[in-house]
Amino acid sequence: MDDLQQLLTPLLRGTVVTVQLAVLSTLFGGILSFAAGIGKLSDNWLIRGLSVIYIEIFRGTSLLVQMFWLFFALPLIGVSLDPFVAGVAALSLNIGAYGAEVVRGAIQAVPVGQYEAATAVNFTRRYTLWNVVLPQALVEMMPPFGNLVVQNLKDTALVSLITLTDLTFAAQTVRNLTHESIPAFTATLVIYFILAMIFLAGMRWLERVIARRVGVAHERARG
Amino acid sequence: MLFGIEWDTSTNLTFAISILPILLRGLWVTLQATVLGFAIALVFGLVLALLRMVPLKVISWPVGFFTEFVKNTPLLVQLYFLYFVLPDFGIVFPAFLTGAIALGLQYSGYTAEVYRAGIEAVPRGQWSAATALNMPTVLTYRHVVIPQAIPRIVPALGNYLVSMLKDTAILSAVTVMEMLNVANIIGDRTFRYFVPLTMVGGLFLVVTLISSFLVRIVEARLPKDGIPLR
Repeated sequence: MDDLQQLLTPLLRGTVVTVQLAVLSTLFGGILSFAAGIGKLSDNWLIRGLSVIYIEIFRGTSLLVQMFWLFFALPLIGVSLDPFVAGVAALSLNIGAYGAEVVRGAIQAVPVGQYEAATAVNFTRRYTLWNVVLPQALVEMMPPFGNLVVQNLKDTALVSLITLTDLTFAAQTVRNLTHESIPAFTATLVIYFILAMIFLAGMRWLERVIARRVGVAHERARG
Repeated sequence: MLFGIEWDTSTNLTFAISILPILLRGLWVTLQATVLGFAIALVFGLVLALLRMVPLKVISWPVGFFTEFVKNTPLLVQLYFLYFVLPDFGIVFPAFLTGAIALGLQYSGYTAEVYRAGIEAVPRGQWSAATALNMPTVLTYRHVVIPQAIPRIVPALGNYLVSMLKDTAILSAVTVMEMLNVANIIGDRTFRYFVPLTMVGGLFLVVTLISSFLVRIVEARLPKDGIPLR
């Protein structure tokens, strides 16, 4: 019993940190996804250019390199980040770049007829984007977003390499404490798997809610 | 000094030029790990995909669970698991090989899904037609299903190859001398992290852009209606 407690207490403490990181970076990453995804389709060349550069840099390099860069390289030019801030920043920026491509793809998949209809009834571009295009695109975005949320959860494990005491860090601590690798890493893998299943279930629930909302909006528009 | 190459810390530019050959040595290890890891993922993923299609639940169910488990847990923890647990069973591999196996294992979960989706995307009518012609299952796979599945499978595999290339940086956690680890060592010895880490970012960007471009060329050249097998 003591053995089990010695194993589980640090792991559960680490799980709390992992969940905090995953939730925060998913939220910030979500905001970045929409900003850069819509930005990439902008008519303004500056906004479009910045979005493309951001997406290419963060999709084209390793997350671990980005994390080390924020944590080890930035202090040398005078910007010191707390490890938690560096971790959340790297995770959000990385997943936001992947999310941006999902947002862009979903917006482009909305049929041209929808834009033409919006123009025909004299909607402004902004109104068309928010009230016609995005609600329809949002439904398409949800399944790939679900994959990205799990990807992001798995990626949080890398923060253990910039000194944060997350679940993966706790696994190492337990291993050093008990001198046994199998229970520590097996329990850790199982916890990550359960978390991934919970996050996926949450995203499926959100997907159903959004589909229903958009469906209702359609009904009203028709009525 | 690393790999017998000296660095010159007098200015940022001379430092960058002097460490470039050292980083390229690391890049070579990165590329080797990617090739080996991807080869493992291609073969092991195929085994998983085929076993999952076996009509016996005793086989297909555990294999399906294993695939999902591997896909939904972090590469870093899987890597630690192999690195620390295998020696308990008397299996001692060099860090590089353990790293490539971990990469291959994680991505076999993805490649298994790619194979399965590619085969399932072949229209049912093709199966019916093969049955109507009295074609045995093996021949149906060889001459009807797989040739049509390949154009769907290859682009998805290509994207995972590029993705794996970036994930090799994680092998630095178990002492593999790939590019990021080399940059960290240079940083530790000179107390200058900015230049080497920024260069690693740049090199990764160049390599992923080139490989993504190659994947797109291959994708464009694939005949969309299938590749006949001899």
